[in-house]
Amino acid sequence: MEFLTASNIIFVILSVTILFFGVMMVTETKILRSATYLFFVLFGVAGLYLQMNYEFLAAVQLSVYAGGIVVLFIFAILLIKNLGEEKEKNSKQKSIMGAIAAFSGLALCLITIFKYKFVTADFSRATEITSNLNMQQIGNTLMGTEKYQYLLPFEASSILLLACIIGGLVVAQINKEDRK
Amino acid sequence: MSMPLECYLVVSTLLFFIGVYGFIVRKSLISILMSIELILNAVNINFVAFNRFLYPDQLEGFIYSLFVIVIAAAETAVAISIIINVYRAKKNIDVKSINQLKN
Amino acid sequence: MEALISSIQPFAPYVLLLPFLMFIFLGLTSFRISGKTAGIIGTAGFSIVAIICYYIAIQYFFNGGEVDGVYQPITLFNLEWLRISDTLVISIGFYLDPISAMMLIVISTVSLMVHIYSFGYMFEHGHYDEGMQRYYAVLSLFSFAMLGLVLGTNIFQTYIFWELVGVSSFLLIGYYYTKPAAVSACKKAFIVTRFADMFFLIGILILSYYTQTFDFNTLNADNAALVHEKMSDIMLCGLPLTSVAMFLIFLGGAGKSAMFPFHIWLPDAMEGPTPSSALIHAATMVVAGVYLVARLFPIYSFEAPNVLDTIAYIGAFTALFSAVIACAQTDIKRVLAFSTISQIAYMMVALGVARIGEGEASLGYTASMWHLFTHAMFKAMLFLCCGCIIHCVESNEMSKMGGLWKYMKLTCICFAIGCLAIAGIPPFSGFFSKGEILSACFENGYTAIYICMTFVAGLTAFYMFRLFYHIFFYEDPDYGQHKPHDQDWKMSLPLIVFAVYTCICGFFKFGDLVTADLSAIEIHTNWTVEGISLTVAAIGIAIATVFYYKKNNIPATIMSKCSGFCHAASRRFYIDEVWYYITRSIIFKIICNAIAWFDRHIIDGFMNLLGWITNEVSDDTKDVQDGNVQSYAWIFIMGVIIITALTLYL
Repeated sequence: MEFLTASNIIFVILSVTILFFGVMMVTETKILRSATYLFFVLFGVAGLYLQMNYEFLAAVQLSVYAGGIVVLFIFAILLIKNLGEEKEKNSKQKSIMGAIAAFSGLALCLITIFKYKFVTADFSRATEITSNLNMQQIGNTLMGTEKYQYLLPFEASSILLLACIIGGLVVAQINKEDRK
Repeated sequence: MSMPLECYLVVSTLLFFIGVYGFIVRKSLISILMSIELILNAVNINFVAFNRFLYPDQLEGFIYSLFVIVIAAAETAVAISIIINVYRAKKNIDVKSINQLKN
Repeated sequence: MEALISSIQPFAPYVLLLPFLMFIFLGLTSFRISGKTAGIIGTAGFSIVAIICYYIAIQYFFNGGEVDGVYQPITLFNLEWLRISDTLVISIGFYLDPISAMMLIVISTVSLMVHIYSFGYMFEHGHYDEGMQRYYAVLSLFSFAMLGLVLGTNIFQTYIFWELVGVSSFLLIGYYYTKPAAVSACKKAFIVTRFADMFFLIGILILSYYTQTFDFNTLNADNAALVHEKMSDIMLCGLPLTSVAMFLIFLGGAGKSAMFPFHIWLPDAMEGPTPSSALIHAATMVVAGVYLVARLFPIYSFEAPNVLDTIAYIGAFTALFSAVIACAQTDIKRVLAFSTISQIAYMMVALGVARIGEGEASLGYTASMWHLFTHAMFKAMLFLCCGCIIHCVESNEMSKMGGLWKYMKLTCICFAIGCLAIAGIPPFSGFFSKGEILSACFENGYTAIYICMTFVAGLTAFYMFRLFYHIFFYEDPDYGQHKPHDQDWKMSLPLIVFAVYTCICGFFKFGDLVTADLSAIEIHTNWTVEGISLTVAAIGIAIATVFYYKKNNIPATIMSKCSGFCHAASRRFYIDEVWYYITRSIIFKIICNAIAWFDRHIIDGFMNLLGWITNEVSDDTKDVQDGNVQSYAWIFIMGVIIITALTLYL
């Protein structure tokens, strides 16, 4: 099989984008820029989802992450005085510790990944099935109570979100005493 | 669709440990929170890739990553409100300044 | 025999179980229930026990315990508790023979009466005493322990319950724990009896090491043949080992029964509430030593007669010694305490002069048990009378009393009956039992002891009537607004019950029931001996009447003539001081200082070293706990990586 297919090239571009901006994000000292790089990472991940034919997930990724969470981060950064311009000073010792943890973990995981032989499914069949993956199927899976259907976690997460709205409000509100 | 599964796994592993590095190294709480987002995304890629390549006729990994996104959103919202509260109390968001548990 | 067992077996476990459950219940709920409720529950519970005890004892004595003229020991149940070796087993059981049946009657009667009496005694100034729940809980514990002690099937069960009665005695002496005197008294009682129990334990260990059994039945069987077979040839430092072991066991008994020189705790034990003194320090616990010797009597009699002689001499000396002290005490409870010591010494003497054998040899055994029985009744009554008096006068001192005859008729009559009984005046019970003891001494050829004990009988009459006159006649102090008066039925009923016992139980045919070899003996009254003792008692009473009936200066004149002796007697012949000297100057200074040095420098040093090491190590490692989330995360991640690597690739 030819290696230089369009999808492969796109995958390489996406993964390079993800990793490059990921590294930029964790090394950037200005936090507002850091948030911007995160935005690109999330875009890249959404692209990977699209590549795997999960359009709905990509849409969720973009709307919730890129549209919601990153905006939240940026607002938080702007709310906190001077944080946008301030440079973060990271100690050398901590960088070394982080590098040790990251590289040793990376080595372990990569060794494991390449040693293990994954039995991948038949792709001809897979494309056939996934081409049928539409919103209706996802909706049924989320709302059903049968096996492989997820009504209960769905409801639980809705309650979680509600609790989180209330919790966020309660935690962030200014006490009357503080205001005085 | 011809990229093998391992490629996705390598990307997600790299992303994961970039997140871990950021979590350990960064000073401000918001950066740490963003590193956590990286870690979550890496995990999501894994879920989706496994779903796609190993069990393409089911939706487990798909739904799971959907829930992860939901929970990440909730977590971020609460965490940011906590961070803002910390900022009110301490006038900074340095992770070193919240060490009351130490004594 | 089978009919007897089947008729009493169903009830037997409750004799031990009920008081124990009562103790647990009252002890645990003491913060939830009022003192009155606790008292009612405790008394109701114990009356059931008392009924069962009476039933068992009466069934045993009159309805089948006797087979061919011999009372058969019965083991109603025997639960294995600890197995030490193939043959050495500690069990908890129920052993019924004449003396344990008799003790059942004594304990249940006195304890029930004290339960009832305490109701009135603990009610003062219009309310019940604060610690009443605790008081009744400990009373239940004591009853449980004492019943367990007398019913023991083996010497180790007896030992365990022996310690338990020590504990409950400790708790009751220290009942008024805010009073320093009570606190030091309870410590003293506990330490002294524990010290004696150490010898007891050593004695048990020697005995059981050689015979490989704790069981009374096995030990006493066939005239102590087992002990004879296993131990008679062994000598220890020129003494027969059996004698050493039996003497050590007697020392334990001497501690509980307050024989010289372990008697020092009993007078101080009077700091406890008077009803508990009546129960523990007059009627039941203090006779445990006598009971112990009686329980092992075949071994003493056949294998260690020389120890019995020693017991007789120690008893005689103690009797004389404490009777003399009793004459010089001014605290009414202390007088009774010394008289108790003296009377227990009588029982010890009686056991000491007795042997299992033909004719009059075993008379002392019966006399001792008889005296135990009668003494328990009249001494408990005397104590309860004292309780009534103290309740009114609110003092223990003789000088605060006098002329109470006018106010407390019932108490006075009961007290008089008790005094006549203890002085040995017919027809009260003391006359018969004490007379038999004196006859036993006389007829077994212990003339010196006989003379001594007769003299003590006179002294007893003297000091008891000195006490009696001092309380009820002598002078007439002003009692102010609150005139003393007889107490209500709760405190009077026990007095009457005991008075009835004291009047009638001299006429029981004790020789038919309780004997050394379990078959009935004929008790003759030796009129010479009785006549002499009666005369001596009459002389004692007469002297007391002359001295103390009306206030006069005869006693003061006599006391000034021999002031040194009187002073010594009132200070109890400085035995306490001797013990203090021994403990303080010898034991504390020489032994304890060395041990303390060892403890302080070696043991503490080692502990300090451990502490220092821990300190240093934690000082070095505490930086790990720096409160920084990121270093925790780093450690966590590294840990995960290492563990994963190890599990996957190792």
